[in-house]
Amino acid sequence: MKALICIGHVPDTTSKIRFTDNDTKFDTTDIQYIIGPYEELGLTRLLDIKDAGTDLHITAINVGLKETEATLRKALAMGADEAVRIDIDPTDAFFVAKQIAEVFKNGEYDFIVTGKESIDYNGGQVDGMIAEFLNIPSVTGATKFDLLEGKAGFEREIDGGKEVVESVFPFVTSAGKDFAKEPRIPGMRGIMAARRKKLEVITPVEQNLKTEVSKHYLPAAKPACKMVSPDNVEELVRLLHEEAKII
Amino acid sequence: MKNIENGFIDYFNIDELLTEEHLLIRKSVRDWVNINVLPDIDKYNHEHESPVHLIKKLGDIGALGPFISEKYGAPGMDYISYGLIMQELERGDTAIRSTASVQSSLVMYPIQAFGSETQKQKFLPKLAKGEIVGAFGLTEPNHGSDPGSMETKFVDKGDHYLLNGAKMWITNSPIADIAIVWAKNEEGVVKGLIVEKGLEGFTAPETKNKWSLRASITGELVFDNVKVPKENLLPNVKGLKGPMMCLNSARYGIAWGALGAAADCLQTAVKYSMERKQFNVPIASFQLTQKKIAEMLTELTSAQLMAWRLGKLMNDNKATPSQISMAKRNNVFMALKIARESRQILGAMGISGDYPIMRHMMNLESVITYEGTHDIHLLITGFDVTGIPAFK
Ligand SMILES: Cc1cc2nc3c(=O)[nH]c(=O)nc-3n(C[C@H](O)[C@H](O)[C@H](O)COP(=O)(O)OP(=O)(O)OC[C@H]3O[C@@H](n4cnc5c(N)ncnc54)[C@H](O)[C@@H]3O)c2cc1C
Repeated sequence: MKALICIGHVPDTTSKIRFTDNDTKFDTTDIQYIIGPYEELGLTRLLDIKDAGTDLHITAINVGLKETEATLRKALAMGADEAVRIDIDPTDAFFVAKQIAEVFKNGEYDFIVTGKESIDYNGGQVDGMIAEFLNIPSVTGATKFDLLEGKAGFEREIDGGKEVVESVFPFVTSAGKDFAKEPRIPGMRGIMAARRKKLEVITPVEQNLKTEVSKHYLPAAKPACKMVSPDNVEELVRLLHEEAKII
Repeated sequence: MKNIENGFIDYFNIDELLTEEHLLIRKSVRDWVNINVLPDIDKYNHEHESPVHLIKKLGDIGALGPFISEKYGAPGMDYISYGLIMQELERGDTAIRSTASVQSSLVMYPIQAFGSETQKQKFLPKLAKGEIVGAFGLTEPNHGSDPGSMETKFVDKGDHYLLNGAKMWITNSPIADIAIVWAKNEEGVVKGLIVEKGLEGFTAPETKNKWSLRASITGELVFDNVKVPKENLLPNVKGLKGPMMCLNSARYGIAWGALGAAADCLQTAVKYSMERKQFNVPIASFQLTQKKIAEMLTELTSAQLMAWRLGKLMNDNKATPSQISMAKRNNVFMALKIARESRQILGAMGISGDYPIMRHMMNLESVITYEGTHDIHLLITGFDVTGIPAFK
């Protein structure tokens, strides 16, 4: 069985976010990159399934420029069998989905795993769009994933409960939290083994962009916290009324 | 503004001198330490207990004998990788780094460098996986800085060697499955023996009541007419050169380990100084606090450069023992100074177990003594540049 796992290359969650070029671009100075946490859970679950004895070949895929190779190498060090990088800046979700759908078509894969959403732009669209391009089922935000006889089993969290879903192959699923217990940390042997694994760079297919970023905004800075002594209720009421204007 | 509160402190862009693989190694070990060491390391230190369950896990991630050949189940990495692993482990706690240092440099290294093929096959894969624990016996009750005067000795009894003597201050000796023991033969020549647990007359009592390295087990190795099989002699080395070559490798790792402890203290202090207010302003506003921070960062940065350069020399097999002495001495002293200064920035909070500084400081008091004391390393440099030994 062959799986394609989409690996996002995203800023570390502790990064300080800044913009450049009139706030149209993300400022990448001093930013450290990581595998998207949901994709990391997706890959970890696939590795767990493989370790439990299932014959599973795992290909990590990323749409991105040369600098994303470090992230793909980490996927290989974690245990993915090979990696593919589609050599272009991943401008919008539609564009990215198209690229991945093409690779899927040409590679005899059985299914695709993505993350529920990337933690940079939080689009959450690529998985659904891939499914549309390929006309195959899509199970979004799965919290549990198993390979069964001739099909795959999923669980999804829904309002007030849980949904149990099964799908035939091929399909796309996006990994939500709990897809795997905790992400794997690459071991030193894995890092050395990654040296010998194939990382193929392929050229993108043509696709017009559907969207364009006009501006970024940072969330408004949190106002400073004011301490009011517990026996000064009058002052508290005055502040809530005159400054916070909520009463 | 250069933020040094989070992540890896890299004021001189030394990361650019590292490979993509090195950065992944460092990040992976850091993640491992955050999950496996930090949550309860303070508790282990308070209780004077060692998290021995981590030894197997250290083997799983490949932190035991990182530079030992893949042929023997180890990762087969370069010396910069080994350094980065030590740095990250010691950021967690010196006890964890000590276990990895001893197993890697003082047990696996001599078996790979001086052992027979049978010894390598028998012990290295298990040591690499953390399935067995090793110890290194050089120091004796009456001989620390002067191991050449050691009293432990063995005699050839035809089908075995008979070993007598005692070693003291031995990391992990009470839990060790094997010990590399340095002892003199009938001609007074120092040789290495692999002594396995369970041999009659061999005991390893624990040394308790330590105020430093409380999460590391330390003990003695006592040999009372122990019959050591002849095939357990390390065939390919004789003289003090044997243990000294092991110490070179371990001291190199310590030079990196100290960077981890120091960075942890500095980052704790910088963060605290930005948040803690006195006289209505963050204490980071005061010139005296900034002086401390600036000096600590300068010291750490030069120590990082020294470690990196030494790593390159190690990779090229060109590092001299004196260069290693200088780096061990400089970097450990740097870490201890940073621990002391950082602790002051935290005021009373600095002595609390809620912060790692006091623990690092106490640990570093061992590090500045073991693997050659601060003063002995100074004399080694003095000897190297004057040609006059000032040891006696
Ligand atoms: C926690 C811990 C773990 C250890 N683990 C191990 C281990 O696994 N294996 C092992 O073999 N050993 C181990 N050691 C022992 C360590 O290597 C020795 O403590 C160290 O070599 C110093 O020896 P000593 O304590 O006997 O001090 P001494 O040699 O007695 O030195 C005492 C003082 O005298 C000074 N001094 C000595 N000679 C001179 C001189 N010629 N000129 C100037 N000053 C001098 C020293 O610098 C020091 O300040 C460990 C020690 C500790 C604390």
